[in-house]
Amino acid sequence: MSIKLFHIVVFFVVIWCASCNCQEAAPDIVSPAFNSPRLTSQAKMIKIPGGEYQPFYGTDTALVKVDPFLIDEKPVTNGEFLAFVKTYPQWQRSQVKRLYADTNYLRAWVADTILPKNIDADAPITQLSWYAAKAYATATGKRLPTLDEWELVAMADEKVPNARQKKSYSDRIVDLYLVKNRQYNAVKQSQPNYWGVYNFFDLVWEWTDDFNSVLVTGDSRSGEYSDNNLFCAGSATSATDVLNYAAFMRFSMRAGLKAHYTVGNLGFRCAKDVE
Amino acid sequence: MKQLLFILTAGILFFSCGQNNTKKELPSDSIFHLTSQWQDQRNQSYPLNTLRGKTLVVVMIYTSCKTACPILVADMKRIERQIRPAYFDKVSLVLVSIDPETDTPERLAEFAKTGGMDAPQWVFLRSNEAATQEFANVLSMKYKKISPVDFSHSNIISVFNPDGELILQEEGTGINAEKVAGKVNETVRSS
Repeated sequence: MSIKLFHIVVFFVVIWCASCNCQEAAPDIVSPAFNSPRLTSQAKMIKIPGGEYQPFYGTDTALVKVDPFLIDEKPVTNGEFLAFVKTYPQWQRSQVKRLYADTNYLRAWVADTILPKNIDADAPITQLSWYAAKAYATATGKRLPTLDEWELVAMADEKVPNARQKKSYSDRIVDLYLVKNRQYNAVKQSQPNYWGVYNFFDLVWEWTDDFNSVLVTGDSRSGEYSDNNLFCAGSATSATDVLNYAAFMRFSMRAGLKAHYTVGNLGFRCAKDVE
Repeated sequence: MKQLLFILTAGILFFSCGQNNTKKELPSDSIFHLTSQWQDQRNQSYPLNTLRGKTLVVVMIYTSCKTACPILVADMKRIERQIRPAYFDKVSLVLVSIDPETDTPERLAEFAKTGGMDAPQWVFLRSNEAATQEFANVLSMKYKKISPVDFSHSNIISVFNPDGELILQEEGTGINAEKVAGKVNETVRSS
């Protein structure tokens, strides 16, 4: 009798231990990729028909095909991001894992869910990491635009979808990039581009989903890799349009980023597949 | 007798659970916060934190690569040779595929076997595209698909301590294997 009982006891101990281990193995944070959409974004999205385009980096002959997609008409704002961190506390300043954002994450905020008084809720959110931007996008049922999608929209000026050949195209953007404290202005106060998309250049730099696909080192203006040791098959990606200085600035910016970095004038907007 | 067994059982339960609960909390920058699922060359599926407790040497490659990856794999082998064999059960040499579509568990197993990397300390992993991208970002690794079969990518070997904190990164080809192995030995010794 007692032997039988002992077996039962041992059996339960084993079960119990197994269940303990399960609990332990459970993740203590929701990974950015696994946020289920719980937030509604009011942001209007613009349909971009896609098409083939000449990427800034790549071989001269290789056009890249971009499928039709939707893109937010403006960058995500402070107010919108505030609503996000209220719903997803793991993205609040005091809660965020260091793996996902550096120590300057949302540095200007008064507290976890309080914006500074002098900050416009309609100005673009900045000082956030790629992981945080991606988590916001996923939470609203969207995603980050790919680099190709972003650069395709960036070819437009107010008049035409591809203004790259105009001499003024790059100069105007560079001028906008050089304006100080531009990130504090509200969105949608300037002219939209050909597609009806606002603030592509005049307020903030923007994260893209695959920002880490930019393999440039050193002085990128040569359009060549300065260090072939660092990259495997690196020479397949040199610049095609060496006069587009604005693009050089963007790509250098991207090349210098790591996913947990947060920058005072780097924000994001969302994109989505066309259903 | 019954009562005694009951008390004994309760005691064991309390002890076994207490032990689990007192396990140290993960550091905030630990890669074991990632919840993505991975598949290894032995066709086992698990999240990364299954590797918690081991010192990890990590590199991202793809098996059809003809240029820098063979050098990176050779680097990993040179590192392995300089790790104390007595430490092998506390170390994992992890090769993560940036081409999960091509690099199936069968293909990874074949690659491991051909390269003489079939000892238990060798782990070859693949996941889906999103998890691969996230993991590459955790390693600050750049990569880009440049054709259906080829990728450009940065060459980085990273060492993580048993709690998943990054403690060393070596970049470029011709990395200092002695330095990496030295760091691994030192980490195992002190943990």
